[in-house]
Amino acid sequence: MPKFQGVDYYNIDALLSEDEILVRNTVREFVDDNVLPVIEKHNRAGTFPAHLIKQMAELGLFGATLPAKYGCAELNNVAYGLMMQELERGDSGIRSFASVQSGLVMFPVFAFGSEEQKDYWLPKLATGEKIGCFGLTEPDFGSNPGGMITHAEKKSGGYVLNGAKMWITNGTIADVAVVWAKLDGEIKGFLVEKGTKGYEAPEMHGKHSLRASVTSELVFQDCLIPGKNLLPKTGGLKSPLMCLSQARYGIAWGALGAAMACYDAALQYSLSRVQFDKPIASFQMTQEKLVYMVTEITKGQLLCLQLGRLKDQDRAKFTQICMAKRNNVYHALEIARTAREILGANGILDEYPVMRHAANLESVKTYEGTHEMHTLIIGEDITGIAAFN
Amino acid sequence: MKILVFVNHVPDTETKVKVSADGKTIDPAGVNYMLNPYDEIAVEEGLKLREKSSGEVVVVSLGTDANKETLRKALAMGCDKAVVLKDSSPRDSFGVARALADYAKEYSPDIILCGKQSIDYDDAQVGGLVAEMLGLPSISVVVNLDVTDGAIVAEREIEGGHEIVHSRLPAVIIAQKGLNQPRYPSLKGIMDAKRKQIEERVVSAIKPRVEVLAMKKPSAKPPGKIVGTDASAIPELVRLLHEEAKII
Ligand SMILES: Cc1cc2nc3c(=O)[nH]c(=O)nc-3n(C[C@H](O)[C@H](O)[C@H](O)COP(=O)(O)OP(=O)(O)OC[C@H]3O[C@@H](n4cnc5c(N)ncnc54)[C@H](O)[C@@H]3O)c2cc1C
Ligand SMILES: Cc1cc2nc3c(=O)[nH]c(=O)nc-3n(C[C@H](O)[C@H](O)[C@H](O)COP(=O)(O)OP(=O)(O)OC[C@H]3O[C@@H](n4cnc5c(N)ncnc54)[C@H](O)[C@@H]3O)c2cc1C
Repeated sequence: MPKFQGVDYYNIDALLSEDEILVRNTVREFVDDNVLPVIEKHNRAGTFPAHLIKQMAELGLFGATLPAKYGCAELNNVAYGLMMQELERGDSGIRSFASVQSGLVMFPVFAFGSEEQKDYWLPKLATGEKIGCFGLTEPDFGSNPGGMITHAEKKSGGYVLNGAKMWITNGTIADVAVVWAKLDGEIKGFLVEKGTKGYEAPEMHGKHSLRASVTSELVFQDCLIPGKNLLPKTGGLKSPLMCLSQARYGIAWGALGAAMACYDAALQYSLSRVQFDKPIASFQMTQEKLVYMVTEITKGQLLCLQLGRLKDQDRAKFTQICMAKRNNVYHALEIARTAREILGANGILDEYPVMRHAANLESVKTYEGTHEMHTLIIGEDITGIAAFN
Repeated sequence: MKILVFVNHVPDTETKVKVSADGKTIDPAGVNYMLNPYDEIAVEEGLKLREKSSGEVVVVSLGTDANKETLRKALAMGCDKAVVLKDSSPRDSFGVARALADYAKEYSPDIILCGKQSIDYDDAQVGGLVAEMLGLPSISVVVNLDVTDGAIVAEREIEGGHEIVHSRLPAVIIAQKGLNQPRYPSLKGIMDAKRKQIEERVVSAIKPRVEVLAMKKPSAKPPGKIVGTDASAIPELVRLLHEEAKII
């Protein structure tokens, strides 16, 4: 397939700065050179391409919006979003890795950690020397994390954790887990290091989606952690939700990347595939599909761009982030499915990226708040009536 | 060490170029531009030399404000300073070399690096011309370079083999693919580059010695022919290659 040239039907590049474009193009090139050649193999084997961690760190992809004093790039939110877009054009699993490391591990350490925790962890997480994971979801509490069972007890020498987390991205490979647990009934964040007695992180198997990403359980059995591992500024469900807002913002952009990869594949294919003596791109039904795709991608781009600009001015409401995540992931999945149709039987092969993206996006639609939950959150925001409890 | 690298701003290799209405130039509308790939190799080599021996890497590009995008990328890769020589009048290779050589003369670098050709017009002349104008030695199509205490050992790619040549600084080194693998600009490098100034200088037009009369796209390739799909087609294929294509 010819090299990806971007999707820009509305000349949105004109709204981007030179450095935002350079960030995007750099990550685009990185993905073309390093992710695309190996991703199908890893997807088939159900393995994460761990050799990319060091390269991604060298590029500065982890914690990219955080201050330079921690070794981070200090990007604005739009450049960060464009980076996520390109990563997910490669694979949702690669973007998930970066999202978790940046939005769900480095961000909470930065926002809720002590100076000592920040100075110790952030540089190591930025260089990829340490990998993190984020444990909120439990087997019995997904959309309703406030009901979590995992709890911490203050004991001499620190805190004792008991409980279990499930569906945790990077869990098995993580050196440090940001774990959410109730301390005297209030949700608090704790840092649990790999190898701590009473902490296990077995990998989950049998996924049809996000196969090039590690997903794990976290099990805590009388796990004693030092007192200094409490994230001091956490308090209540609001703390993990602030992290999720960070990551969801990246997902909204990421979904556009997956959608662009599928649209690009479908457009190229439809121009070269001949049936009834004509390229299938000449049939009205195919054109309608392609037009749907490029229109939704364009709308999604504008949604994300304005959201990013608001975020840079610290004016983005979390419900606006919900809207972008909900909309862009929904349409990305529809676009992936439609691309699969255009490719006919070839669409099911891993010679093309579309079925992998379609399968991945099923997870993306569920994690970081399901499509339904985002509907209800926005619904509550505009009506003032909460419909979820 | 003072390291000077020439970089050109050229249409992306994947861009489908169109000829402008004047029939003599490329229509810039809808064309993505990039740092000329051979010049990118020269930038990388400059950065490696600086890492080995300290000093500074200065990148210079002749063109318009648009060239700043390419200079910005070179800065993001780690170059210290960038200069755009502004002149939008048409120039042949001699004219390009003249402007670059004038700048080089003033800066007086220890080494000049550039790519073996720009992938836009493919003239492959600038490096050699600049060396001649400055009275410096030049080594072209370099695939391996060692500079130690002012002594240069360079490996050149030549037809069917390699040639090792020795020279001394100052010199012009003309990079060929294979010399190195250019680094990606890091995101931190991109943000640092944003804070670096790009120096602007206006240079006056000079009369071209070569004039472009017309620019045309190659004529469309005739469709291919499938002679057969199994071994039984070989005799017919051989006959066609022999009698029609006349290549065997
Ligand atoms: C690959 C993958 C990676 C993940 N990584 C992480 C991670 O790193 N860290 C982490 O903490 N979690 C992670 N998750 C978990 C993810 O966030 C949860 O799966 C998600 O929050 C949904 O929870 P659930 O699966 O328990 O579904 P449930 O909450 O059981 O929901 C099931 C269905 O019911 C619907 N539903 C629930 N409540 C309502 C309601 N009130 N009204 C209407 N519909 C409702 C939901 O929308 C959904 O369709 C990951 C999940 C996957 C698949
Ligand atoms: C797992 C699997 C098993 C199969 N098993 C068999 C089998 O046992 N025997 C067998 O013979 N075949 C089999 N097939 C082939 C299957 O029947 C074809 O894939 C199907 O007929 C579509 O053909 P195609 O894949 O070449 O797609 P194409 O015909 O190339 O179609 C591509 C896209 O263009 C659309 N399109 C084509 N023409 C038009 C038009 N005029 N107007 C609008 N849209 C158009 C199609 O709807 C589709 O979306 C199998 C396929 C799969 C995936």
